[in-house]
Amino acid sequence: MKENVVIIGGGVAGLEAAKNLHRLGYQTFLVEKNKKLGGHVAIWHKLFPDMASTKAIIKEMVDDIKDVTVFLDTQVKTIESAYGGYQIAFSNGVNVHAKAVLVASGFELFEAAKKEEYGYGIYDHVITNADLEAWMNGNKDQRIPAAPKAIGFVHCVGSRDLKAGNSQCSKVCCMTAIKQAIEMKERFPNAEVYCFYMDLRLFGKKYEDFYINAQRDFGIHFVRGRVSEVSETIDGHLQVKAEDTLIGRPLKVQLDMLVLMAGMVANNQIKPIVEQAKLEIDSDGFLKSSDNITHIIESGRDGIFYAGACTGTKTVPETVAEARAAALAIHDYISGL
Amino acid sequence: MIDFGFTLSKSSTVDLNKIDHSRYDQLVKLVPTARMCMNCGSCGATCTVSEYKGMSVRKVLYGIQRGEDVKAMLSSCMLCGKCTMVCPRGINTRNLILNLCKLYD
Ligand SMILES: Cc1cc2nc3c(=O)[nH]c(=O)nc-3n(C[C@H](O)[C@H](O)[C@H](O)COP(=O)(O)OP(=O)(O)OC[C@H]3O[C@@H](n4cnc5c(N)ncnc54)[C@H](O)[C@@H]3O)c2cc1C
Ligand code: SF4
Ligand code: SF4
Ligand code: SF4
Repeated sequence: MKENVVIIGGGVAGLEAAKNLHRLGYQTFLVEKNKKLGGHVAIWHKLFPDMASTKAIIKEMVDDIKDVTVFLDTQVKTIESAYGGYQIAFSNGVNVHAKAVLVASGFELFEAAKKEEYGYGIYDHVITNADLEAWMNGNKDQRIPAAPKAIGFVHCVGSRDLKAGNSQCSKVCCMTAIKQAIEMKERFPNAEVYCFYMDLRLFGKKYEDFYINAQRDFGIHFVRGRVSEVSETIDGHLQVKAEDTLIGRPLKVQLDMLVLMAGMVANNQIKPIVEQAKLEIDSDGFLKSSDNITHIIESGRDGIFYAGACTGTKTVPETVAEARAAALAIHDYISGL
Repeated sequence: MIDFGFTLSKSSTVDLNKIDHSRYDQLVKLVPTARMCMNCGSCGATCTVSEYKGMSVRKVLYGIQRGEDVKAMLSSCMLCGKCTMVCPRGINTRNLILNLCKLYD
């Protein structure tokens, strides 16, 4: 075995990098703060654009790293630069001197309750995109009615919103909303489904197909206007208000349930690592890469690399590609190339 | 001349070359954030009088850039400030309306 490499975070970024670094012969340590691997993708049900089962994807990725040392339920306690590498102490008592470190700590979902006007945690039938994925994976959820007749999706929750502290677009949630709208319509064909959007951002391979299908095959209603507030009626329905900006008039509609498309925001729990390893935070709150074009996986600090959603909103294929690139960059770095 | 009964309809095309931009230009000098509107409609959705008078800061802002007469909308505003609270781009909409009213005076 060659030098030690530590990977922080066992989402798809960490898993993919661990596989490749192990194959390149490095003694790889993967630390994950949760009790299981897979990160956010393990919560999701099916992945666009192929509608692939996340269970199968995560199982394959975890099987691929069975010879890698994995520390679950473990955090980095201290990290300091030492002897041409980093001396790292984990919360499980293990100490490792790593030649290189890959930060793959991912993102956090915007806390939907902060947008109080949407009533998450206040009204009975308001959930998030993540709650809906978990429900489709078999989680019980009292907030989802047995036979909803009208379902709404609110785009840009905690994204493109200076007042929520995040002016960026979270990029994956227009696609997720349309995907979930179709999935709900498949389960409840008699329900009217509404997407409240400001701009529809369907930037990826075959994403526009979902939009076309949603319109043509599923009759999903698209309302161009940001939801300004949600209230609960006496009989437990949700009343949603927006301006229909295409017709230029205020609009209201009663719904049985509402799904908030909470955005991807920076993972603040890695602050201690950022401070100790003297990493930089970018103006969007995510980790700052050397540059955002050809060196996105480089931190600007010798021996520290990035992969996945820790540097910004990413799709799974983008994350996986970065993880492979980072494994190669670490190999080049250690080989003195 | 023989009257064939034809009439010419007025063109409804917005001709951006012919629109008077001076009022909008004055406005953005006074309230620079006016340029940041992304047409989300939150202001109109939450406005106290939109339902009855068609008021919407968005429509006002967009309207003056397209040469529409927005005076009636402006005069219906009660300056309650609800729109300022919801604007996701942090535009000082109430101040914007006040300034625009002065420009129309
Ligand atoms: C609702 C929703 C649906 C989505 N659906 C799709 C889809 O269908 N298709 C698609 O391509 N993309 C989708 N995405 C995007 C996808 O979730 C991300 O691309 C992917 O999760 C990024 O992987 P990651 O490993 O970088 O981060 P994460 O999935 O966030 O994983 C990071 C891991 O690091 C761990 N970690 C964090 N900090 C520490 C620490 N200090 N110490 C140890 N461990 C730590 C976390 O516990 C986590 O396990 C969706 C996103 C959302 C929000
Ligand atoms: S991807 Fe769509 S829903 Fe998500 S922040 Fe961007 S515009 Fe809003
Ligand atoms: S300040 Fe005027 S435009 Fe804004 S919400 Fe109040 S009445 Fe409507
Ligand atoms: S709320 Fe702000 S950004 Fe949205 S339409 Fe109104 S002025 Fe424009």
